[in-house]
Amino acid sequence: MNAGWEHFPHGADVGVRGFGPTKAEAFEQAALALTAVVADPAAVTPREEVTIRCAAPDDELLLAEWLNGLIYEMATRKMLFGRFAVRLDGPNLHGQAWGEPVDAARHQPAVEIKGATYTALRVAREGGGWVAQTVVDV
Amino acid sequence: MDINLLKRRSEHEWEIPAHGAMRVPAVIYASEPLVRDMDHKVYEQAVNVATLPGIVGASYAMPDAHWGYGFPIGGVAAFDPDAGGVVSAGGVGFDISCGVRCLHTGLTRADVLPVQKALADVLYQRIPAGVGSTGAIRLGAEEMDAMLTGGARWAVERGWGAPADLERIEERGQMKHAKPDSVSPQAKKRQRDEMGTLGSGNHYLEVQEVTAVYDAAIAAAFGLAADDIVVMIHCGSRGLGHQIGTDYLRRMAVAAASYGITLPDRELACAPIESDVGREYLGAMRAAINCALANRQILTHLVRDVFAGILPRARLPLLYDVSHNTCKVEEHRADGGTRKLYVHRKGATRAFGPGHPDIPEPLRAVGQPVLIGGSMGTGSYVLAGTKASEALAFSSACHGAGRAMSRHQALRTWKGRQVIDELAGRGILIRSPSGRGVAEEAPGAYKDVAAVVDAADAAGLARKVARLEPLVCIKG
Repeated sequence: MNAGWEHFPHGADVGVRGFGPTKAEAFEQAALALTAVVADPAAVTPREEVTIRCAAPDDELLLAEWLNGLIYEMATRKMLFGRFAVRLDGPNLHGQAWGEPVDAARHQPAVEIKGATYTALRVAREGGGWVAQTVVDV
Repeated sequence: MDINLLKRRSEHEWEIPAHGAMRVPAVIYASEPLVRDMDHKVYEQAVNVATLPGIVGASYAMPDAHWGYGFPIGGVAAFDPDAGGVVSAGGVGFDISCGVRCLHTGLTRADVLPVQKALADVLYQRIPAGVGSTGAIRLGAEEMDAMLTGGARWAVERGWGAPADLERIEERGQMKHAKPDSVSPQAKKRQRDEMGTLGSGNHYLEVQEVTAVYDAAIAAAFGLAADDIVVMIHCGSRGLGHQIGTDYLRRMAVAAASYGITLPDRELACAPIESDVGREYLGAMRAAINCALANRQILTHLVRDVFAGILPRARLPLLYDVSHNTCKVEEHRADGGTRKLYVHRKGATRAFGPGHPDIPEPLRAVGQPVLIGGSMGTGSYVLAGTKASEALAFSSACHGAGRAMSRHQALRTWKGRQVIDELAGRGILIRSPSGRGVAEEAPGAYKDVAAVVDAADAAGLARKVARLEPLVCIKG
């Protein structure tokens, strides 16, 4: 399975889905899908690095923690991220995100993300790789 | 939704009889076309809510119900603490106390049209809106806690508004029993520079005109007449509320099993009202309600300042301020007696009927104003709470139109510039930092708010009073 991301429809909000050969790559791709809810990830220059560490009792809550960690950094630093690296170690996630401060004129940010929900939350092996998805509230 | 799954109680009332793990039935208030149009997820979610411990009466869905998280958006459920009732972070949502405030102006359409463009430009300049925007106010730790305890009352004491404003806000502008200590440092940090900001997405600030009056007597009591200009503000508790939702959703999802609660959907994460997590959430959620009330109060101050510069004779007292994502303790009639219940309204507006003591005295005889936001191109409505709503859905009504189309599909269908130009052609001036944001919020992406309001009126949840249409819309 090649790594990639997509959005899936939800009544009022947006579903984010990442997939890849490994669970960690699926988490990285889900983060790209998260950025894409706000702006084009390719338009974000990865010039500042932010570290995110989190832990959770299972893979699905860990995905929600990872995305919520990113949402928190986006909100408090007023940044967008365009590149991600994730290392998983049992219940622990060590993540890095690279990005830059929001530039309203250049990024045309559509909407701020309030939080990652547990709706349609799923982390599973699929088609020889991994899929990681949930719905985010905007 | 397949209507064959429902029992039709009356023209606008549909029942999902209790089955399986449901403790009570689910009841949907809507016209047949609206019910047919609802996602099947509304059915599933209304059923899931009905399985939660201590639920009283029924799990209700308003005419604008759509697929939410755990609870449907447009969901109402009341829980009895004496029957093991729960409080649910998912049942309130991330944007705690998101709501709508309506201000009179004392102006008419003819007063505003000559300065419509200036009003749009200056409001856009002065109201922080959109992703990454910040307000001018910075709160230190002590002042943050004072705001979280004081709500709009705190804002008025700091000079952002007048004491008379407080009479026209639910809870008189201050939600009691808020506990700033139950709010995480992360939530407070997220709010550090977001006081007095509008946010983004479906949040807006509009200058609107009254284009139709349906109930002249109630409209007169509300101070509304055809051609009047009002200002409508739709926003919530900003980053603080979002983070509290995130923090407690996780805590409740992890803790639920320890309370013996089986969750059909993790998003229904909840805790007994009489538990440590439940009490802490209630304290934090009430602090977020105060944050939303303070935020709308500061925005009100900014709006008044703008009007004073452009239309100095305008006076902008509040018509009313409602919140539509909350859990509140209220007394209701249930099972033959009066009980103190924890009423969750997620995308639903409280709609107390005539005579209710919580309605400000000048409006008490006609019922609580119910403010319904539409999309930027269609319109908004003012309704009034009814006596009947108490027995129908613990005095609740709808809150808005609801989306008909995903953001993704809207973005493929419209360009921001095209939407702005088309609305300008109809006399509606849009100001927004994001063309993409405008496209995702295009009027065509929303359901027909008129159908929702008509259904709420016909079901008896609230009475239709007036229709409002925008002249200026500031979009985040």
